[in-house]
Amino acid sequence: MAAIQIRNVVKRYGTGKTANQVIHGVDADIGDGEFVVIVGPSGCGKSTLLRMVAGLEEISSGDISIGGRIVNDLEPSERDIAMVFQNYALYPHMSVFDNMAYGLKIAKVPLADIKTRVDKAARILELGPFLARKPRELSGGQRQRVAMGRAIVRQPQVFLFDEPLSNLDAKLRAQTRLEIQKLHRELGITSLFVTHDQVEAMTLAQRMIVMNAGVMEQFGTPEEVYTRPATTFVASFIGSPPMNLLRNAPDAKAGTIVGVRPEHLDITDSGWGLRVEAVEMLGAERLVHGLWSHGAGDELVTIRTEESHAVPALGATIFVRPRPDRMHLFDAASGKRL
Amino acid sequence: MEKRVVFRSAWLPWVLIAPQVAVIGVFFFWPAGQALLQSVQQSDAFGTSVEWVGLENFRNLWNDATYLASFYTTALFSTLVAVLGIGLSLILAVFADRIVKGAMVYKTLLIWPYAVAPAVAGVLWLFMFAPSVGVVSFWLRALGVDWNHLLNGRHAMTLVIMAAVWKQISYNFLFFLAGLQSIPKSLIEAAAIDGARPWRRFWTIVFPLLSPTTFFLLVINIVYAFFDTFGIIDAVTQGGPGKETAILVYKVYYDGFKAMDLGGSAAQSVVLMVIVVVLTVVQFRFVEKKVNY
Amino acid sequence: MVERRPLLDVLSHAVLILGVLVVAFPLYLTFVASTHTADAIVQAPMPLLPGTHLTENYSAAWYGTGGGNGSKAPVGQMMLVSLISALIITLGKIAISLLSAFAIVYFRFPFRMFFFWAIFITLMLPVEVRILPTYKVVSDLGMLNSYAGLTVPLIASATATFLFRQFFLTVPEELVEAARMDGAGPMRFFKDVLVPLSKTSIAALFVIQFIYGWNQYLWPLLVTTNENMYPVVIGIKRMISGGDAQTEWNVVMATALLAMIPPALVVMLMQKWFVKGLVDTEK
Repeated sequence: MAAIQIRNVVKRYGTGKTANQVIHGVDADIGDGEFVVIVGPSGCGKSTLLRMVAGLEEISSGDISIGGRIVNDLEPSERDIAMVFQNYALYPHMSVFDNMAYGLKIAKVPLADIKTRVDKAARILELGPFLARKPRELSGGQRQRVAMGRAIVRQPQVFLFDEPLSNLDAKLRAQTRLEIQKLHRELGITSLFVTHDQVEAMTLAQRMIVMNAGVMEQFGTPEEVYTRPATTFVASFIGSPPMNLLRNAPDAKAGTIVGVRPEHLDITDSGWGLRVEAVEMLGAERLVHGLWSHGAGDELVTIRTEESHAVPALGATIFVRPRPDRMHLFDAASGKRL
Repeated sequence: MEKRVVFRSAWLPWVLIAPQVAVIGVFFFWPAGQALLQSVQQSDAFGTSVEWVGLENFRNLWNDATYLASFYTTALFSTLVAVLGIGLSLILAVFADRIVKGAMVYKTLLIWPYAVAPAVAGVLWLFMFAPSVGVVSFWLRALGVDWNHLLNGRHAMTLVIMAAVWKQISYNFLFFLAGLQSIPKSLIEAAAIDGARPWRRFWTIVFPLLSPTTFFLLVINIVYAFFDTFGIIDAVTQGGPGKETAILVYKVYYDGFKAMDLGGSAAQSVVLMVIVVVLTVVQFRFVEKKVNY
Repeated sequence: MVERRPLLDVLSHAVLILGVLVVAFPLYLTFVASTHTADAIVQAPMPLLPGTHLTENYSAAWYGTGGGNGSKAPVGQMMLVSLISALIITLGKIAISLLSAFAIVYFRFPFRMFFFWAIFITLMLPVEVRILPTYKVVSDLGMLNSYAGLTVPLIASATATFLFRQFFLTVPEELVEAARMDGAGPMRFFKDVLVPLSKTSIAALFVIQFIYGWNQYLWPLLVTTNENMYPVVIGIKRMISGGDAQTEWNVVMATALLAMIPPALVVMLMQKWFVKGLVDTEK
C-alpha cells in the first residue's frame, strides 16, 4: 500500500509547433489505502492520466511518485502496481490459472507460492471452478473477475482500474461494483479508478477527481463535489438530472450564473414564472421542464417534484422558488464558484 | 495501420530483422539490380568484356520476330488460362455453394490438385495425350481428330492450356467459394422476394458482389500463367513445336541458359519485371477501392 | 438456398460430380498406369482397370532399377531431397518472417518503413523473373548442388512476413500492456503470447510454403546438375526421354504418384487451417 503523488503532470503529443497538449498540469495527493475515482466525459484525459501513473504513457513534464519514490522512468512492472483493463486483456490461449500466474512466473516466484497466491485470489473472487478454463469459455463478468484476480496476486502497492465496468451490462455492472467495494474493504490497497459514469464515481469513491478537457476541475469527496461543486462543469456533470444553471436568474448580479438543483426548487404560488414545456413521469418522482423567458432569451429549467404534487398542465404557467441555502453562484466568465 | 503500444529497445529490432534483410539483400535486390544492369550491357562471346549499350538490347527485342511472337503466345496463353480457369471454377463454386449435403466431400475432392506440381501436372496430361500411347488421343483419333501436339502448334497450345487450367481450378474454386459465402444471405432473399429467379439473381446481385474476388483472381491467374506454368511447358512441349508454346518466361530461360544470350535474356527479365509490377500495383489500387461498399 | 428447386439441386450435384470426375480422371489414370507393365500401357488404348504390377513398379521407381532411356535416379533419394528442401524453405521462411514482422509491428526504429517497403517489394517479383543473376550469385557463393542453394534464394520473398504483419496488427493492444505490466520483455511476449496466438497463420503458411517448396521446378533445374540433388519433380521430367515409346510410362506414373502424395497429404490433413489461411493471406 502506498500513497500516490501527482505533481504538475502535463501530457503532450508531438513536438514543437504541432504539439497537442491534452493534460494541463494536474496536481493531486492520493493517500495510502484511499479509493480515488477519476471521472469525466470522453476525451477529458482521465485514461491518459491513469496510464501515466501505470507507466504505459510517457510523462511529458511533472512527476509522479508511488510510495515515496519518483516513478517517471520506471517500467510498469517495476512500479509495484497492477492494472485491470476495460477489455480485460486476458491471454486468450492460457487458462485462467496461467493468466493469473504469468506475472509471478516472470518474476521467478517459486511455484508453491504462485499456487498459494492464485488459490487465495480465486477464493476471494469465487473463481475456483474456472481455474482450468480458457477465457473464451467464460462470461464477461467472470472474465473481469479473472482480470481482477490477476491484479490481486501481484500483491501490489496500487491498483489501477481503467473503466473496467464499461463492457458489462447494467445488472452485472451493479453487481461488480459491489464486489470491487468489498475487495477494497478487505484488502485496503490504494486504488485509482477511471470511469465516465458519475453514478459509479459517486458510489465507489472515497474521493473523486473530476476532469474536463485535461484539467482537474475538482478533487473532493462525493459529498463535497455534490453539495459544493467548484465549477459549472462539475455542477452539471455530477447529479442526475443535472443542476439548473441560469445566466439570467431574477435578482442575480450581472456576469454570474446561478445554479440550483432540480430537487431544490419548489412549485409555489409565487416566484419565478415558468411555462410548462414537458412533464416526465418517472414513477416515484416527476420531472417538470419549464421555460424561463427573459429579456436575453429562454432557458429551460427542470424541477423535481414528488408524486403527491398535482401534475401541471402543458403550457400552463407555474411559479417556482429555490431554497435559499441551496443556491450556487458561479462566475459566468471562468465558470468558477464564487 | 500502426500499433499504439510498442516496445522500447535500441538494438533488438535490428537483430530481429537482420536475417530477412540479409536474405533479400543477397538473393533479391542484388540479383534484381544485376538484371537491370545486364539488360543495358552486352558481353562478347567469351564473356570477357562488357560494354554499355544503353537500350539497344531492348530495341533488339522489339525488332525480334520471335520475341514478339513469344509476347503474343504469352498473351494468348494467359488470357485463355485465366478466363477458362476462372469461368470453370466459378461454375463449380456456385453449385457447391448451393448444396448443403456433401459440400465438404466435394470441397476436399476438388482442392487437392493445388498440391500437384505444375511439372507433374504437365507430365500427367502429356501421358494422356501422347500421340501414340495416350488414352485420350486414342479416343480423339477414334472420333476423327488426328491429335498430335508434337507437330501441331494449336494442339500443343491446347494441351498446355488444359493442363494449366486443370491445376488452377482448385485455387480459384476456394476463393470463389469464400467470396460467395461472404455475401449476406439477406440480399439474396430480398431479391427472391422481389421476384428474381436464380439466373437473374446471379447476374444482377451475386456476380457484381463477387467482382473484387474475380478481379483479384484475374490478376493472380495471369501471374500464374506467366510464371508458374514454366514447369508445364518444360515438361510437355519444351516451348515447341518450333517456338509455338514458348511463353516469355520460357524464352528468358532458354535464351539465358541454352542460347547464352545474357544481355537479351536480362532485357527480357526486365520487361517481365515491369509487367508484374504494373499488374500488382493495378491489383492493389483497384481491389482496395472496390472492396468498400 | 432460397427456394426449393429440386431440379436445380440435381443439376448442382451433376455438375459437381462431373467436375470431380474431370479433376480426378488424370489421377485415376496415373494410378492405373502405375500398376501395369510398360508394354501394356504402350499399346493404345491402355487398360482402364488397375493391373497387378504395383509393387514391382513402385520399387523400380523407388530404387531406380527400371529400364527405359530416361533418368534412373532412385526416386527414394529424390523424395528425400524434396522433403528436406521443402521443410527448410517452409521452416526457414516462417522463422525469419515471424521475427521480421514482430520487429516491424512492435518497435520503432529508424528506416523502419524503408525496410517494410523493401520487404514488400519482394512480393512482387517471383524468382522466375531474376533467374540469371540469382543463379550467378548462388554459383559465385559456391552453393550450386547444395541444399543451401536450393532453398535460401526461395526464402527471399516476403509473403510470410506480410501475412504475419497483417495478423499482428489485429492483436489487441491491451495484451501487450498487460504483458508489460506482468514484467514480460519483448522476446518473452513474443514467445509466450504472440507466437501461440499465431498458430493458425503459421499452420496455413506451413501448408502453402511446403507445397511451394516441394513443387519448385525452374529453380532446382538451374541449380542442380548432380543427380543426387534432384528433387523428385525434376526427376519425373527427366524420366521422359525422347519419344514416348521408349519411356517407361508405368514407372514414370508410379513416380508421379509418389511425388504427389506428400503435398496432397499435407493439404488434406491441414485443410481447415489451410483454406482459412489461404483466403486471409491474399486479401
